[in-house]
Amino acid sequence: MAATSIIYRREIGAYLRSPFAWVIAALVLLVNGVVFRGYVLPGQHLSALVLERFFWASSGVVMFAGVLLSFRLISEERASGSMVLLNTSPVRDSQIVVGKFFAALTFLAILLALTIYMPLLIKVRGKITSGQILVGYVGLLLLGSAILSIGIFASSLVKNQLLAAIIATVIVVLLVFLFQFAKTLDGTAKSVLQDLDLWWIHFQNGFMRGVLNLKDLIYYVAVIYFFLLLSVKTLEAKRWQ
Amino acid sequence: MIRAKNLTKFYGGKRALGPISFEIEDGETVGFLGLNGAGKTTALRILACDLRPSAGTIQVGGMDVLAEPHEVRKKIGFLPELPPLYMDMSVGDYLGFAGEIRGMSKTDVKRRMGDVLDITDLREVQDDPIGTLSHGFKQRVGVAQAIIHDPKFLILDEPTRGLDPVQIVGMRKLIQNLKEKHTVLISSHILTEISRTCDRLLVLGRGRVLGVGTETELAVTESEIRSVTVTVRVPGGDDPKAQIRKVLDGVDGVSDVGDPIEQGGGLSFVIKTTKDCRADVSRAVVTAKLDLIKLDYSRGELESTFLRLVEGSDGGN
Repeated sequence: MAATSIIYRREIGAYLRSPFAWVIAALVLLVNGVVFRGYVLPGQHLSALVLERFFWASSGVVMFAGVLLSFRLISEERASGSMVLLNTSPVRDSQIVVGKFFAALTFLAILLALTIYMPLLIKVRGKITSGQILVGYVGLLLLGSAILSIGIFASSLVKNQLLAAIIATVIVVLLVFLFQFAKTLDGTAKSVLQDLDLWWIHFQNGFMRGVLNLKDLIYYVAVIYFFLLLSVKTLEAKRWQ
Repeated sequence: MIRAKNLTKFYGGKRALGPISFEIEDGETVGFLGLNGAGKTTALRILACDLRPSAGTIQVGGMDVLAEPHEVRKKIGFLPELPPLYMDMSVGDYLGFAGEIRGMSKTDVKRRMGDVLDITDLREVQDDPIGTLSHGFKQRVGVAQAIIHDPKFLILDEPTRGLDPVQIVGMRKLIQNLKEKHTVLISSHILTEISRTCDRLLVLGRGRVLGVGTETELAVTESEIRSVTVTVRVPGGDDPKAQIRKVLDGVDGVSDVGDPIEQGGGLSFVIKTTKDCRADVSRAVVTAKLDLIKLDYSRGELESTFLRLVEGSDGGN
């Protein structure tokens, strides 16, 4: 645990010192605000629908930010040579991955917390519950965590940061559009692929509408665990090479 | 103690190292010497638990590197060719991180920090971001992270690489200080550089050990010392060159005395010998009431010993 906490603190510090992270933060807040003003609010809608539209737009921004916040986490260490310090220290690969993951998640959570004024504005003017807002944010955090775990996995694969970003983006896009691809199939394959979809099924049908489904929760936890485990195994395989 | 037995490393189907065997006693400073591609970095990375050997065993401080890597890692400080630095961190924060990640408590890190900053002469830049430092300072920070946890074994891969002459002198002094407390392993492809800091040399070529021993032992092993540089000052009298030459010519084993050059306040002669007659030369100079300023076997001879070892390995392949 100690090593995880040490790595977590270093990564949080790295985010706070990095102009790149602040640019991402500014972009996320700017895009979220602009979309809120230009797409979410206009028109006459039920407040619950307005909140759905907010979470729909925010989920796109979260996926974008998730990739940007995670693709460099391991690949940059390899490229700069700093990975040797971790590799020659008495630290387990799982501690490296988990420390980095929670640091990225903390930064993302802070960004999301800064958007809370938008759903609160909807709540002040409309008829939505705090529970709906809370569930939506839990969904955004889970979706973001899944993207971060995918980004860390991509980052563990290659030294080149651009390539890591591309790999992460490809995996995310594939998982997001599994639902559309599943439509072209029939039977079990269709249902399996739909269940594996990252966004349409597990976010839009549940969290986005303020509905907390256990299966959605389990799905995201499973995705996060799966990609973090892959990252650990990749590091283990590369550590002694 | 470090004990390697039949250590071998393949990259794909290509043999990069071994099988090599060697032992390093506690407190020794050993130089891994070899040309580029000789296997120095591979050997040091295996010792630092950064690379798994394809075959063979290696024990560090009585522990098997593969069986107990984390325990071994606690006892080792490693400076790779490219120092493992975080450019965004300040020197102090980075060293704190390096210490804690190696299992030190915050209190221990704080207690040790002052010593490390003093040893590596980094106190004046401890609050500066590493990315803003010169190459020489970065290399020092690399050494500092390797010693922050006060490891028993210190592994430095090409520590003077890319440094200017002033920085090289500084790094050499730093290594001299580290020798007092640590068992130090240093790699280099520059013979004169490594021979000044190490007690013993391990010459590698094409992944094999070509020779082990002190400078003198290596030279004697391959061919007897046949070239000696002697610097002598004549307290008085005319024609000092002739006086010295006469003394040197009279020494048993000296076959040729070269033309002198003025050096270090005296005249420096390179003499060719048929055996190691440094003791006879010094005795003769002192007996003739001349001042012996310096006596050493020729650096050029040492270089050629190294080249002979390396070329011998090429010939054998």
